Amino acid sequence: MLEETISLRYKIAGGDFSNAGYASSQIKKRLQKLNIHQKLIKKIVIALYEAEINVVAHAYNAVIIVNIDNDKICVNIKDNGPGIPDINQAMEKGYSTASSKIREMGFGAGMGLSNIKKNSDKLEIRSKVNEGTEINIINYRIYPRNENN
Amino acid sequence: MKIIDLVNKLGLEILSGNNGLDRTVSGGYTSDLLSDVIANAEANNIWITLQTHKNVMAIASLKDLSAVILINDNKPEEDTREQSNSEGIPILGTKEKAFEISAKIYELLNNNSKVNL
Repeated sequence: MLEETISLRYKIAGGDFSNAGYASSQIKKRLQKLNIHQKLIKKIVIALYEAEINVVAHAYNAVIIVNIDNDKICVNIKDNGPGIPDINQAMEKGYSTASSKIREMGFGAGMGLSNIKKNSDKLEIRSKVNEGTEINIINYRIYPRNENN
Repeated sequence: MKIIDLVNKLGLEILSGNNGLDRTVSGGYTSDLLSDVIANAEANNIWITLQTHKNVMAIASLKDLSAVILINDNKPEEDTREQSNSEGIPILGTKEKAFEISAKIYELLNNNSKVNL
């Protein structure tokens, strides 16, 4: 067990599709080195990659902070960007505002936020139009017995 | 089964990542939607797709996929090739369509697992 919080920090540039996935890959390696459970790493990697693509596709830049505690792993992604006018609509599977170029690459199918939700124990999204979006992806390392998971 | 066995049995073209031909393949996933692959492909799967850009390799690496097959004679972009070489995850090419090549791989893997029983 860890004795204190380990914090990782990465920057992502908007529009930089050629480096999309780099931060997710670095974080995956760090989590593997820390002997985090393989199933938990898989969940975090899916959510993180989708969040990274959202930043690359929609925002100007962002910072990812991963806090690894004894009981949970929190991924915070805060971007400077256009923001999301209607979060409920954005959460709907299949809803997307991605450009046709992004869709041709196999992204923008409106699966991003729903994939993130599916792979988080707890998801928080705050957004302000013309300022940016902040998401918190929380995954617990030990599931409480009374929770349905 | 190893990637090199699939290459030999199906006459696949090795486009990059020669250093990963010894990787094991345990199943496959056929899709051109990257969000679908990141969510649903399993480790050691071979990924059958028409997507040729570098993000394919980011996903292949994140999901520990064993190789990528480009259908319809598609070729990888230069930076995709480079990442395939550096990660040691091969990109293979075929003139066949997704349905045909997926069926052939499924049959080979299925027969192989029967032999091993």
